[in-house]
Amino acid sequence: MAKKTVVETTINGETVEFLCEPRESLLEVLRDELELTGSKEGCLTGDCGACTVVVDGRPTCSCLVLAVEANGKKIDTIEGLARPEGLHVLQQKFLEHAALQCGICTPGVLMSAKALLDRTPNPTEAEIRYALAGNLCRCTGYDKIVRAVVDAAKTLSSARAA
Amino acid sequence: MAAKPFKVIGTRPIRHDGVDKVTGRAKYGADYSLPDMLHGKMLRSPHAHARIKSIKCDKALALPGVKAVITSADLPDLPDKMEMAGEAPVNLAHLSQNLLARNKVLYDGHAIAAVAATSAHIAEEAVRLIEVEYEVLPPVMTVEDAMKTGATILNPKLRNKEEGDKETNVASHIQFKRGEVEDGFKAADYVVEREFKTAMVHQGYLEPHNALAVYNADGKSTIWTSTQGSFAVRALAAAVCGIPETTLKVVPAEIGGGFGGKLTVYLDPIALALSKKTGKPVKMIMSRADVLKATGPTSGSTIRCKMGCTKDGKITAAQVWMAYEAGAYPGSPVGAGAMVIIAPYDIPHMIIDAYDVLVNRPKTAAYRAPGATNAAMASETVINELAEKCGIDQIEFRLLNAAKEGTAQTAGPPFKKIGYVECLEALKNSPHYKSKLEGPNRGRGVAGGFWFNVGMNSSAVVNVNGDGTASLVIGSVDVGGTRAAQAMVAAEVLGIKAEDVRPSVGDTESIGYTDMTGGSRTAVTTGAAVFAAAEDAVKQLKERAAKLLEKKPEEIAYEDGSFYAASDPSKKLTFKEVVAKFARTGGPVSGQASVNLRAVGPSFAATLIDVEVDPDTGKVKVLRATCAQDVGKALHPSYVEGQMQGGTAQGIGWALNEEYVYDDRGNLRNFGLLDYRMPTCLDLPEIETILVEVPAPGHPIGSRGVGEVNIVPPPAAVANAIANAVGVRMNVLPMSPPRLLKAIINKRSGSDTQIAAAGR
Amino acid sequence: MATVVVPALLRKLTDGADRVTVSGRNIGLVIEDLERQFPGFGEYLLQNGELKPSIAVSIDGDMGTGGLLDKVKENSEIFFVPAIGGGL
Repeated sequence: MAKKTVVETTINGETVEFLCEPRESLLEVLRDELELTGSKEGCLTGDCGACTVVVDGRPTCSCLVLAVEANGKKIDTIEGLARPEGLHVLQQKFLEHAALQCGICTPGVLMSAKALLDRTPNPTEAEIRYALAGNLCRCTGYDKIVRAVVDAAKTLSSARAA
Repeated sequence: MAAKPFKVIGTRPIRHDGVDKVTGRAKYGADYSLPDMLHGKMLRSPHAHARIKSIKCDKALALPGVKAVITSADLPDLPDKMEMAGEAPVNLAHLSQNLLARNKVLYDGHAIAAVAATSAHIAEEAVRLIEVEYEVLPPVMTVEDAMKTGATILNPKLRNKEEGDKETNVASHIQFKRGEVEDGFKAADYVVEREFKTAMVHQGYLEPHNALAVYNADGKSTIWTSTQGSFAVRALAAAVCGIPETTLKVVPAEIGGGFGGKLTVYLDPIALALSKKTGKPVKMIMSRADVLKATGPTSGSTIRCKMGCTKDGKITAAQVWMAYEAGAYPGSPVGAGAMVIIAPYDIPHMIIDAYDVLVNRPKTAAYRAPGATNAAMASETVINELAEKCGIDQIEFRLLNAAKEGTAQTAGPPFKKIGYVECLEALKNSPHYKSKLEGPNRGRGVAGGFWFNVGMNSSAVVNVNGDGTASLVIGSVDVGGTRAAQAMVAAEVLGIKAEDVRPSVGDTESIGYTDMTGGSRTAVTTGAAVFAAAEDAVKQLKERAAKLLEKKPEEIAYEDGSFYAASDPSKKLTFKEVVAKFARTGGPVSGQASVNLRAVGPSFAATLIDVEVDPDTGKVKVLRATCAQDVGKALHPSYVEGQMQGGTAQGIGWALNEEYVYDDRGNLRNFGLLDYRMPTCLDLPEIETILVEVPAPGHPIGSRGVGEVNIVPPPAAVANAIANAVGVRMNVLPMSPPRLLKAIINKRSGSDTQIAAAGR
Repeated sequence: MATVVVPALLRKLTDGADRVTVSGRNIGLVIEDLERQFPGFGEYLLQNGELKPSIAVSIDGDMGTGGLLDKVKENSEIFFVPAIGGGL
């Protein structure tokens, strides 16, 4: 068995150091080593998006990233979305619109949605659906999710304008 | 039923577990860990059908880090007959053999052994070191192959009542009959007869199965697990492991989707047995490939449906032959399918023959209205053909024949008050139906659907706090917002705000017996239990108020948040005032109730779908979808809408892309989510919902179950829309692009796009 | 006298009749009467002295929950139907 490596990375704005085997994925390390269980395991083949985190600004399936690759990178997970002052607008809108049922896809969807709004503050519904196409949801049929993102985008825009 | 309008029921408070879910804090099964935990992995058969000649585990056991290996030899022998395990019937021998094969493997992925090791990676390595000798047998993959003369037999001990002592793959035959079909068809002006084939599909829950089990030295054990029914897990896991049921405590984690696929057990008994053998906690998580190969998809089927009607559009007769894949062990939902296929209609003459058939596929499990979606694909498309022949609009034709209060159900009992007519009318008057659909290759289709609501057992406890809030403990696992809806029921009865009730889902030791979350039963039956528990609390509070007001309890009324005596209404005490004095008036106040409902209203739905077909690729784009469903009385409308949208989305996936693809050796080819293609955000439009409310009689709130019936109409509605769009009638599911394209090309060239109905 | 609507596959026991009259104040006694009138009927309905787990009873349109204990009225209409549970 190969020796463990030290990896230094930034997670949700904090510098984090961890030990991992070369064969471990970023998802495994987040969940098992760092106890950040908000990112979920759905398929381990990058098809469902439940493990979505943001790596250097790009939404990424953490099951497809080796933990050692995280060295020197900036990673955002669901645990970092809310601030001490309160929930992110996206999270609040998801609750108001009932955009989740079982909730297992929700962390991944929120991370993808956040990454979208960060680069496209006023997306059309088509752009939203395209950006979220990599996040499977089996419960909601996506309807309320899309409405929540539309509403969040509007709220964030008017907050910026104000 | 409440005479006054509801104050809380019908509103849309934020769900109580919402913040945990949007911050990633909510704990699902795989999020649990215990110190000194081992990890378990399974060895599974690569063959669809084979005898196991030997299993050698010594190399696996020798790998550093491996603590135990188990096979079926480590599990007790269980009876090979239907018995009650807890409150549900199950064949325990079949269940146990499905979890760890004994002598024979019956499908690609059938589990044979399990390893516990210090890491998941080591456990996986050890699995590869287990040596199994197989005698490979020919696989039987379709109901036709299973039912033909001389078919390879999967279980030489299986018998059905009709074939006597003959070896067979047909586990059972059910028949429903009314009147004389021959007379009915003689009276018909038009008769349509079609044969349908639907593919096996999976519930597709995003969270794979998991279990964390601890067997303690004192013989008491605990399992944390993703399940729809903690009491079911307790009964089944205990039975498979051969331990007394109530020495096992089952704690339901938050669940990442179930849809019927998490009503039985796969990992729980294995993790428990490994924990017993190693003396340590054992955690198991199923891979996605194993979820698809080896859990419980729902049946593929062959259905022959013949219906006749007069030229005025009255259906006179229906004749159905349906065979469903049970998988490796008996138990397909063909009986349920037979009971719903023509249930939405008042048909004087009918005969339905339904067969449960073994094939070398995984043992099927329930999937949202099990058996009904396959059935509706057949009946609801034949109905559209009849409507077309009569020149009658597709909704009007259904209204002409719709079942009403008093119409006989398929198995005989008459319907009580139901809402199918109301659903059809609502759809007819919807903005969607009234809108024009213009453009080439675009079409509009309607289909109806029916599903039962089961009653069964539920318990609830309402603990009133001194500050005027309350906690609610229920046993119903929350798959999609039910704990919020139940909190609303309690709040309504207690006369407080939904936010002031803190709901939680108990485990098998902290809440009374509660049957699984499924069968569209939670809003109805757990709602009835919560209602009664809250009333029990209010009754006790009336006694307290009586003490404070110096009156008799019988004189006390509770209205609009105030307790008062009818004889002296000026002296009022609020809920908070009475509750604050609990220590002085007799102690803490807790209401409790356990119910087993008799009167449960069934559900109807009607779905309207517009599609656009690309005639060059066969790809179908769903332009618009509307689901009208009779929900009785919606507790939390947002989550009721959510159920309708979710079921519609699953139905669309079932219609257009989802299917199990096995090769000729019986190996599953698409065991990943790329090729088991479920709808993404980009594949679906907005899904409009119309909540029709025809209250269910005999229920305190009038609620009907809402979870399931919405998945029943969509495939037929899509098929009807495709027929409307490009004039091609599809009789297979899924109507994937290659199949639809072939049918379109055949139509252009003039050859028949239908499979001719087979003789009987 | 109450009426039992005969499941299709059991009509061979009742000479083709789809409705038969029975006596008995509860389902258990009704089944005993059915067995007396049509030998073999009971075997389809009972297992270990209780209703088979796969069978449910509808009495006057309501699903029974008491198995053999469910009460039957003078003019009750009784159906034996497949039990629909959550599915195992």
